[in-house]
Amino acid sequence: MASGLPFSKEVSNLLHAAHGNPIHLCIQCGTCSASCPVAPYMDHTPRRLVAMIRADLKDDVLASNTFWYCASCYNCTVRCPKGIDIAEMMYALKRYSIWSGRYPEGLIGPVFSEAFAKTIVRSGRSYEPVLAPSYIFSYGLRQFFREAQTATSLMLKGRLPVLPPRIKRLDSFKRMLGRVIPIGEIP
Amino acid sequence: MREYAYFPGCSLEKLAQSYHLSAIETTHRLGVELRELEDWNCCGSTSYFHVDELLAYALCARNLAMAEREKLDLVAPCSGCYKNLFFANAHLRGDPDLAEHINFALEEDSLRYFGGIEVKHLIEVIAESLESSDIRCAISNPLVDLRVAPYYGCQIVRPRKDDEDIERPRYFEGLLSAIGATPVEYPPRLQCCGGSLILTSRPAALALVRNLLQCAKDCDATVIATACPMCQINLECYQQQVNEEFGLEVSMPIVYFTQLVGLALGIPPRRLGLGTELVSTTPLSSYSHRVARKAR
Repeated sequence: MASGLPFSKEVSNLLHAAHGNPIHLCIQCGTCSASCPVAPYMDHTPRRLVAMIRADLKDDVLASNTFWYCASCYNCTVRCPKGIDIAEMMYALKRYSIWSGRYPEGLIGPVFSEAFAKTIVRSGRSYEPVLAPSYIFSYGLRQFFREAQTATSLMLKGRLPVLPPRIKRLDSFKRMLGRVIPIGEIP
Repeated sequence: MREYAYFPGCSLEKLAQSYHLSAIETTHRLGVELRELEDWNCCGSTSYFHVDELLAYALCARNLAMAEREKLDLVAPCSGCYKNLFFANAHLRGDPDLAEHINFALEEDSLRYFGGIEVKHLIEVIAESLESSDIRCAISNPLVDLRVAPYYGCQIVRPRKDDEDIERPRYFEGLLSAIGATPVEYPPRLQCCGGSLILTSRPAALALVRNLLQCAKDCDATVIATACPMCQINLECYQQQVNEEFGLEVSMPIVYFTQLVGLALGIPPRRLGLGTELVSTTPLSSYSHRVARKAR
């Protein structure tokens, strides 16, 4: 990641496809936080996180769980009166924290996302059973058994895949991904 | 006969197989042919976008390019896939640098994307078909008095795709009325089910599921209809857990809108994948039996 830029600028520039995100226009109205269904679980609300980014509080931002709780429902994005794509900003922060390997201990989100990405690179399709180890061991015993119970019921109904699916042209698919020069690292 | 390239997405292979079956059966009856994209790959889901944006666009672009080669617009039944493919398409069309970069990668798979196709959600295609009067005559088994909660969820509606009404959409209600069912006023119909959080942030996701189930019960809905495998799986597979943790007694069948349309068109329930749910769909049985009797 380019250094020398203030953190707020870095975050604004993190969206390749959208050509930047006008975080500096935020008027702190709080529409995003009021529209967010998971705000009560975040240690900083979306509004506050934007303020923290603008104040260049990089360490505090990266230590927060806020963007890992974002459910990608885009309520904030469609309602922001200044046109800030807040949900995409949350995605960008997730990528930033994965690239820099900085996220709070005990969060399942980053581990799961990386496991997911690896599965796709390897086979071209997602496959639930391979992903289970990335989260199941973080669960308590009760939750663990509950999860196993649900999986068993699904299996009995024929709804769990037995063999991992893979695409046919896997070699050229992998070469294709290798040609995209990643901003971060190839997982 | 209208034709589309069809992108089922990873969930529809197994976990949401009933959505796949009912999508194929129903569209066929409606005079729409869905041709499954050969060798399609994962759209990147939400998780891949957490890791790398460009790679995620490359994943979507490969599917878009293969549909374009068939000269067909692309239809996705999963709201997450739809959102990813839709916006990858929009960005590739609007950003020549991005398109060049991605096309350089696609060369490895002998593909190129020129930006010439549209991406649609399955519900758009089916709602459109149901507007025709010929099709309305084919509704042999209208679902009279079936109270359905139309659950749009997030990504079918948001982010905004065009100039549609995203705070008060009505097409799901319209579709349900067209098949004779009664769409109930369901206040959380545009709220998030927490699908992307269920594995990683369980308590937050369960609270969202709880609200959706409780509201459906309060509205006296018999079933919740969804248009996304993530919503269906979340609301169904974690229903028992929500009951235990929040002390509720909800037993709410969660079905795909295609299963309801299929029943109304007189397609036998088994061919719509009914019977593979974890929460019993017995409340639908009077409608299913009617189909079975007619089929005999």
